[in-house]
Amino acid sequence: MSPQMTSHPDAPLLVAEGLAKYYGSRLGCRDVDLSLHAGEVLAIVGESGSGKSTLLGLLSTEMAPSAGRVSYRMRDGEMRDLAALSEAERRLLLRTDWGFVRQHAEQGLRMAVSAGGNVGERLMAVGWRHYGNIRDEAADWLARVEIATERMDDDPRTFSGGMRQRLQIARNLVTRPRLVFMDEPTSGLDVSVQARLLDLIRQLVEEFGLAVVIVTHDLAVARLLSHRIMVMKSGRVIEQGLTDQVLDDPREPYTQLLVSSVLAA
Amino acid sequence: MMTDPTATVSRPSGAPQARNASRDPAQDAAAGASIQKRAALSPAAQEPDAGSRLGAPAAPSLGRETNHADAGGQRAGHGDGAPLLLVENLGKSFTLHLQGGLSLPVVSAVSLAVHAGECVALGGPSGAGKSSILKMVFGNYRVDKGSVLVADHDAMVEVAGAAPRLMLRLRRERIGYVSQFLRVIPRVSALDVVAAPLRAEGVDAETAKARAGALLTRLNLPERLWGLPPATFSGGEQQRVNVARGFISTQPLLLLDEPTASLDAANRAVVIDLICEKKAQGCGLLGIFHDAETRDAVADRVVDVTRFSA
Repeated sequence: MSPQMTSHPDAPLLVAEGLAKYYGSRLGCRDVDLSLHAGEVLAIVGESGSGKSTLLGLLSTEMAPSAGRVSYRMRDGEMRDLAALSEAERRLLLRTDWGFVRQHAEQGLRMAVSAGGNVGERLMAVGWRHYGNIRDEAADWLARVEIATERMDDDPRTFSGGMRQRLQIARNLVTRPRLVFMDEPTSGLDVSVQARLLDLIRQLVEEFGLAVVIVTHDLAVARLLSHRIMVMKSGRVIEQGLTDQVLDDPREPYTQLLVSSVLAA
Repeated sequence: MMTDPTATVSRPSGAPQARNASRDPAQDAAAGASIQKRAALSPAAQEPDAGSRLGAPAAPSLGRETNHADAGGQRAGHGDGAPLLLVENLGKSFTLHLQGGLSLPVVSAVSLAVHAGECVALGGPSGAGKSSILKMVFGNYRVDKGSVLVADHDAMVEVAGAAPRLMLRLRRERIGYVSQFLRVIPRVSALDVVAAPLRAEGVDAETAKARAGALLTRLNLPERLWGLPPATFSGGEQQRVNVARGFISTQPLLLLDEPTASLDAANRAVVIDLICEKKAQGCGLLGIFHDAETRDAVADRVVDVTRFSA
């Protein structure tokens, strides 16, 4: 390998080592190691109960691991053990440098707050104070996610499923996070709505060079969005690699089953 | 050995060149590669390469090269120097776990090389493993045995078992691929599909789109289709979008899987021209061409894949 390839290895953004989670005696996931670089999209796939949502919870500090650790490269370049962050530091990270797009929008949005407010709230959390600026920035982001400006003062209870997901994305990206977690962001949506949302996510990921960890059971979503894929089964990562390689040349019996179960459109 | 890359670049590609044992063969690969860079980057951007070449390990590459030329016996006096692609003893089989672990051998002991300025055709009937070889070179299929080395500036990099990040970088910078079928992305226009590889190289949107439009014009894709997602296009139209996407970027090694399969004669001729231009620019091409006319027009030699049947 040439010197210039090894001499400038940009450090990973997120590193997990020996991660495990038990719910009592029941296994959530175990032995997970991963590293994610800036601009990299990692899909975690597997069926219900495979441990993929548990893993996402551990990576995003929503759950404490039973073993192992997660580190993150802060904006100042320092690699920090997330378990060692103070609660204030952790909350700041979640509100600014990270995003979390959830399957159920009502868990990721404040449903009784206007669309503009949902976006503006994140800005206020990072210190924006000028009402006019906040409103302008919120309007700009609503336009980016294709929500008409005249809906800005409506609350998301009046929005369709697809609009709610797009609003979640605007709310998460307005602070220009470097890392976004996504938990089944397109499931439960009509196919045409899904396509629009996927396209939007794909564009934003590219434009902002986002690192993304996306949990999905939909291999087509993984193929469209991700660079790398991890296949989970019974709480363990059974296969991983370049997305198209794993999907086109799956090695493990379970991955072959998953891939062969997809209906080609 | 502070070589100006342009010195080697400017020789007519494929022209006979005195074999010189003291010459650093890695340089040729780098030169072939830097032709591509020259199109996009300023000379200043190349400086680090030229400098680091001082420490390039010459001996191992030279050994490989000589071995291959002797053992493979397929060199036709073409492009003396380090190859852009060196495949050695490549083997692949599929294990179908859903069919009771049935093992499906694909190829074994594939050895071949592609040099700057040449187009190598993979020959043999359907099912001989031609596409699988291309897919292994592109990192789309995993390699069971052997080695796939791709020229990366002053080094040969192993594709077999490459980490995803490395493979993605190689695809962005080193290895292009025109697949048989276009994988359509919903809601993305034909023009953007074609411009995407250039955008990934960092070319600004306007320039990328202008070049994409120029290529689509050459390939006779009506301008009224450019703004539409190719999902509804005919097979031939999709293939032309795919060809344009593959030829727009500046990777030094280009893999072609039946690039003319659904094209009429006029568009086949355009693709033949595009291939010849890539060769003239110093690219190396490895392709599958079922159409004999196209193959005869572009291929410098044919590697019979049935020799590698597993």
